[in-house]
Amino acid sequence: MSILVNKDTRVLVQGLTGREGRFHAEQMIKYGTKIVAGVTPGKGGQEVLGVPVYDTVNEAVANHHIDASIVFVPAAAAADAALEAAHAGVPLVVLITEGIPTLDMVAAVKEIKDLGVRLIGGNCPGLISAEETKIGIMPGHVFKKGRVGLISRSGTLTYEAAAALSNSGLGNTTTVGIGGDPIIGTTFKDLLPLFNEDPETEAVVVIGEIGGSDEEEAAAWVKEHMNKPVVGFIGGRSAPKGKRMGHAGAIIMGDVGTPESKLKAFAEAGIPVADTIDEIVELVKKALS
Amino acid sequence: MKLHEFQAKEILAKYGVPVPPGKVAYTPEEAERIAKDYGKLVVIKAQVHVGGRGKAGGVKLAKPEESREVAGKILGMDIKGLTVKKVLVAEAVDIAKEYYAGLIIDRSSQRVVLMVSKEGGVDIEEVARTNPKAIVKYPIDPHKGLRPFEAREVVKQAGLEGNLNRLASAIVKLYNAFVGSDASLAEINPLVVTADGEIIAADAKIDLDDNALFRHPDLAKLREVEAEHPLEIEASNYGFAYVKLDGDVGIIGNGAGLVMYTLDLVNRAGGKPANFLDIGGGAKADVVYNAVKLVAKDPDVKGIFINIFGGITRADEVAKGVIKALEEGLVKVPVVMRVAGTAEEEAKKLLEGKPIYLYPNSLEAAKAIVTMVGGAK
Repeated sequence: MSILVNKDTRVLVQGLTGREGRFHAEQMIKYGTKIVAGVTPGKGGQEVLGVPVYDTVNEAVANHHIDASIVFVPAAAAADAALEAAHAGVPLVVLITEGIPTLDMVAAVKEIKDLGVRLIGGNCPGLISAEETKIGIMPGHVFKKGRVGLISRSGTLTYEAAAALSNSGLGNTTTVGIGGDPIIGTTFKDLLPLFNEDPETEAVVVIGEIGGSDEEEAAAWVKEHMNKPVVGFIGGRSAPKGKRMGHAGAIIMGDVGTPESKLKAFAEAGIPVADTIDEIVELVKKALS
Repeated sequence: MKLHEFQAKEILAKYGVPVPPGKVAYTPEEAERIAKDYGKLVVIKAQVHVGGRGKAGGVKLAKPEESREVAGKILGMDIKGLTVKKVLVAEAVDIAKEYYAGLIIDRSSQRVVLMVSKEGGVDIEEVARTNPKAIVKYPIDPHKGLRPFEAREVVKQAGLEGNLNRLASAIVKLYNAFVGSDASLAEINPLVVTADGEIIAADAKIDLDDNALFRHPDLAKLREVEAEHPLEIEASNYGFAYVKLDGDVGIIGNGAGLVMYTLDLVNRAGGKPANFLDIGGGAKADVVYNAVKLVAKDPDVKGIFINIFGGITRADEVAKGVIKALEEGLVKVPVVMRVAGTAEEEAKKLLEGKPIYLYPNSLEAAKAIVTMVGGAK
């Protein structure tokens, strides 16, 4: 078991003929992901990596059963591509593209949610159910099948935490990189209920970051509903106010999104917070013992 | 990207928001000429990319005959580390009421949120802290936009006094300007009601969404490179996410989250980072070489900490780049590295015998570099 995706998930790649799309599609296929179709407008009829390419998502959906789409389309057209997948009835859309105009995301996130489709990202590494399927750009080999669910706003730090969990023998169920942008399709509190229901997941690690109030909202949900241990981590605790640290979302404006507010929310929900990546493993072990 | 007040007002004027007549001057003489053309009381305002200009003495009223002297005092003034190179000379406004109207992208509601308050003309963050009820917030449906009836409702709720239709119209136009220019923030503060009932944006602030600048070439060229640190400009030429900070430990890593975490570790160890530098995903040796070169060039840097977790990025590529920079003699300060992940063993082999301190984990490496630059501060 896992959440959202497993070895049977059939995947569409939007932007399959592009450099990024092709490279990562190849990596995903190597990992075992079932990639059944690609879409690039104007390139329908081609074949890339043995996968048929269509002009539109509607065409792909007419010819294949598709459970999820991963989007590698350039920023200017990325929100439109995600909307195309949602309107074609693809139930899960993973938007990898970085640098999408924020107002495009404001409009797209609302419309996609109204359609009842789950959007993950943008500007995210995607998701992976260890040793089953990878619908993303993370290095697959650091994820070992195990007991811990992981949700993160960061990329590299996620891989590092997943590797630490794997090396410790705890291992991973599903890992979701939700993305570092201010407007994203899925937040921590949207995923916690899924992990709460997943019989394979015994504990959940939430890797948060300064900026916004997603961690506070997640903590409130955990306090009320979660019946599995949750361990937290907050990146950027020493970042100066008003400075943008690479992630568009990781910026403290005024008193919103400070590390103090997040640490307080985690403490009130009984979520232990790790100061280092290694400590995440110790805290999870302690919580499960 | 931040815009100057005069640029923000030009955008607002284009969308029909009334602004006071004003022009930019680079010299006291120019300022005087503009003021004399208007022939009445003017306000002379420093145009720099920081808040608190008024408190710093960068905003002054002047009669036309005083304008040369007043502008002379403001031009060249230092406001929070930035030199004033230009001033806006604008007709002074006859203020009866000062209100606040602003738009931001709110992460929680995932909408553009309109904020309106009676308590204008002052530090709105202060109002938000001390009297949050004085700010009415209204999330806008992205597919419908802000309609006049919604703006009227917000104006009423906020208790603004003055011509309701004109106030609401100015706010709708502010929203149109926000969406039309792909802003991330747009504020009119104060939104003035004059003694004879006119509505006018006496001051304005607009930040643009960097991600959307590609569709606004006219606005993109307003970026002022001198407003940023020279090393930040050089870094942007290399395509790095780089932020200059005020410490002495140079930081290089792959992935924004890992780099932020590395800054946190250095702080925990009692040190102060000199910068944030993310080499991005999949970086090759030449990219790493440029990163080391850039950080080593910073005169504040007394030691460098390179923290790599190989995923798409290969640790051995990173090692090659670092070694090249060392062999060219570009680095005069100690270098501490921690490498893990993809190609970790290859990287360690390459680094063997090189003048680099290699540590197995990030926290140990952070403690070591802090000791090397002179210990905890």
